[in-house]
Amino acid sequence: MATPNVVITETRTMPYGFTCGVVAAAGAFFGLFVGTAQGSGLVGIVLGAAICAGLAYLAMAYLGTAQERAFKWGVVALFALAGLLIGGVPGLVVGALFGWFLGWFIYWVGRCRYRMALPPYLTGGQVLWHYSFRVICGAIFVFLITPILVVMPLSFNAENFFTFTPEMLSFDPEGYSLRHYRNFFQSNEWQSALRNSLIIAPIATLLAVSFGTLAAIGLSQPHVPGRQVIMAILISPMIVPLIISAAGMYFFYSRIGLQGTYLGVILAHAALGIPFVIITVTATLVGFDRSLTRASANLGANPVTTFFKVQMPLILPGVISGGLFAFITSFDEVVIVLFVGSANQQTLPWQMFTGLREQISPTILAVATILVGISICLLTTVEILRRRSEKMRGMSPG
Amino acid sequence: MSDATSDPNKIEAPTPDDPLAQAKALDNVDDRGRMLAADGTPLKRQLAKSLRIQKIRALALIAPLLLFVLLTFIAPIADMLFRSVENEIVSETLPRTVEALADWDYDSGESPGDEVYAALYDDLFLAQERKEHTRLGTRLNYELTGVSSLFRRSGRGVDDIGELYQDQFEDLNELWEEERTWAELMGSDEWLAAQEAWDEESGEPLPDFQLREGMPTLLPETSRQMLTFAEFIRTEDNESPLEEEPWTRVWAALYTDLTNKDVSGYSGPHTDLLQEASAAVGDFETTPIKQAFLDMDEDWGDPEVWGTIQAFSPDYTSGYFLNAVDMQKTPDGAAMRDEDERIYGLLFKRTMFMSLVITFSCILLGYPVAYLLATLPMRSANLLMILVLLPFWTSLLVRTSAWKVMLQSQGVINDVLVWLGLVGDANRLVMINNQFGTIVAMTHILLPFMILPMYSVMSTIPPSYVRAAKSLGATNVTAFRRVYFPQSVPGIGAGSILVFILSIGYYITPEIVGGTTGTFISNRIAYHISSSLNWGLAAALGTILLAVVLILYWAYDKIVGIDNVKLGG
Repeated sequence: MATPNVVITETRTMPYGFTCGVVAAAGAFFGLFVGTAQGSGLVGIVLGAAICAGLAYLAMAYLGTAQERAFKWGVVALFALAGLLIGGVPGLVVGALFGWFLGWFIYWVGRCRYRMALPPYLTGGQVLWHYSFRVICGAIFVFLITPILVVMPLSFNAENFFTFTPEMLSFDPEGYSLRHYRNFFQSNEWQSALRNSLIIAPIATLLAVSFGTLAAIGLSQPHVPGRQVIMAILISPMIVPLIISAAGMYFFYSRIGLQGTYLGVILAHAALGIPFVIITVTATLVGFDRSLTRASANLGANPVTTFFKVQMPLILPGVISGGLFAFITSFDEVVIVLFVGSANQQTLPWQMFTGLREQISPTILAVATILVGISICLLTTVEILRRRSEKMRGMSPG
Repeated sequence: MSDATSDPNKIEAPTPDDPLAQAKALDNVDDRGRMLAADGTPLKRQLAKSLRIQKIRALALIAPLLLFVLLTFIAPIADMLFRSVENEIVSETLPRTVEALADWDYDSGESPGDEVYAALYDDLFLAQERKEHTRLGTRLNYELTGVSSLFRRSGRGVDDIGELYQDQFEDLNELWEEERTWAELMGSDEWLAAQEAWDEESGEPLPDFQLREGMPTLLPETSRQMLTFAEFIRTEDNESPLEEEPWTRVWAALYTDLTNKDVSGYSGPHTDLLQEASAAVGDFETTPIKQAFLDMDEDWGDPEVWGTIQAFSPDYTSGYFLNAVDMQKTPDGAAMRDEDERIYGLLFKRTMFMSLVITFSCILLGYPVAYLLATLPMRSANLLMILVLLPFWTSLLVRTSAWKVMLQSQGVINDVLVWLGLVGDANRLVMINNQFGTIVAMTHILLPFMILPMYSVMSTIPPSYVRAAKSLGATNVTAFRRVYFPQSVPGIGAGSILVFILSIGYYITPEIVGGTTGTFISNRIAYHISSSLNWGLAAALGTILLAVVLILYWAYDKIVGIDNVKLGG
């Protein structure tokens, strides 16, 4: 598929009827929303279609490409002003955005720019499908990302509401505050939950990584008796539904007195994190050049030195990303903690869970925003490590 | 001679014709024709040895983790499987009753004989002293409603049986009212002396109670009960029979013994007292043991109750599993529950149905995205990949709370719809606390698990195939249907199984956004663990769920191979 920067098909001015029709349809669509919000949908459709068609005709027939820039700014200003008159500050923003879109859209349709990146032989239907497909995918991406984005501004809500207040929508500074963040950092409950999370997750990760790396090295040896069975057992914590693991651990750990202790929760979380370490480290070891360890042994290093000086630095990216997976598993985990832990081991997710079920407070959203920030950091780290390890694997011989 | 490459001083590799080299090679072969290693041992053995060392080293590296996982994870799962059939509580709490009841036939339609009630008196008395009878009642109440209250009431009433006799003995002679009398009558002289000498301050354990010689033959029942009593208060309460009035059960036993046995041969402390009592018991007011239980609660005459106790007397039971599939272990064998009590079939069906819907919506939404990512140029695909990976890495609770914010009636979606005038303020959409909410939220949460495997399969499909199909005259639709789609099916399979496995065991999201109609079987398991405390049933439900997941996992392994699981694209 061609990159958008390359012009495959020459642009040309489309018939005015086509341009005005398409733009009018878009105008009618948006006019419907504005119209229903103002009282009459029908008036909105007619007005929207008429205004947009008129603008399109103006641009195509009189202005042309020479005054494109001036026209676009003019449309932005026009709709921003209209928005301000109808809906105040939020209307201004929506209007400006729509104006920017309309200016671009008129020239995109009218100058046939939509065909620029596509082969010239495509039929109209194929072009339409191409862009409809993009729009569908765009909608799915919106579905994927909106819930996460919506949480962030709401966490700065000055009220105890779970939704946007009129003050927030009019960008009134009164509508925003840091009170939920303050509440998070000052409340004893949340702070002890944070502390518990920061105790449990790193220790569980450390356990999972140290045992897991050793075992992954063992598993990647050429001759391992019962490799399939061992692998199945080690991977099982990832496959078994959490509620079943939680039930089993609750029964078993209360038998041996680990229920309601930090040790119990840490052991359980380490077990959950192990499959991730095993999978990422064995994947890294696939590309590991075994002759390096032989060379090291040949030069007189003992196995421990070989491991730390030769093998470890090379598989470190895999180990770290496995560790991050294990960390986020434990840091996010709530089902096991709910059952294996007691009130003393309440972690952040536990606190959020009970918060969501019982007292609804936007402090949860503040915590959620902080957690999203943490996930972005972890995601970036893992991606960087993955690319690095792929690069190294590409360079290593064999 | 002038050839510079064949320097005679240079050692060259032996050729087969080289007699010197042949002789050298013969040195490495022993008389039986086996190849030898440098140290003279056969090469084969050396190789086997080094292979063995390699294997041992690999296993030694794996062993700590394997042990760790076995202890922290596999053992709990095994324990859960065990709990789903374990049923020792009945035979542990009512050992004698279970034994006596073995000969009773439920089909006779009559309540069991006196000996069963006598055994029940023994067991129930001890159980209520240990406060275990309510636990047993709760357990049997899962099978037959009303048993719990029956046991609780009987636990309170069981004292009355012996009290009848205690009062009459005490009316006969005031000596019976003193604790010492019993201790002197039943206890041996040595024990009595040791007990008298025992000092609470010393911190030494209480002396073991010993029966007076001859007592077990003279008053067998009383001796047995007295021993049980003395042992119980010594170990549980750290008390001595010298200061404690015997249980009413002991009084009842004394009455039984005195009516059955001749005590005229007895000579020891309180001979007169015993003779006097022996002479008087004939005129005592008495209730047959069976009648006493029926007076306590007429349910004790109900064959259903006895049938249930008999059906659950073995140490292992299929009862929990039957419950988990809406059946019931009745004295007649397994039977379906009443129509209105069948909830687990419904829950399993709902879990399956909703998981299928979620899997299907994930395919529907995931396929276009995976296709787009696989066909776009690397740079833009990587950028869009972030939009997929960010939800994947975001905390589950963050996403669930985000959906709560979005979907609730005062939430973002409803507010936007009202603002746009599409929905009236009065009739906001109900999108949460029902199946819709669960399906939407879980589709969002599990979508990355569908996209990533699909993407990794699709990015391996060469674009030239579709181009070739088109150049051979296929339309876009045909090229997709006949060439591209079949190659992407493994990706759909891998993603679907992954999403399905994950969704049928989901707990958190249905709990928060599912309300009552959108909950899964896992919510019921959690309810039985933490609220109803019916752990056996929770374990049985969990075992069934686990079996389903393992079958799917096996299928996943066959289709994708567990070694090929990739994380983060």
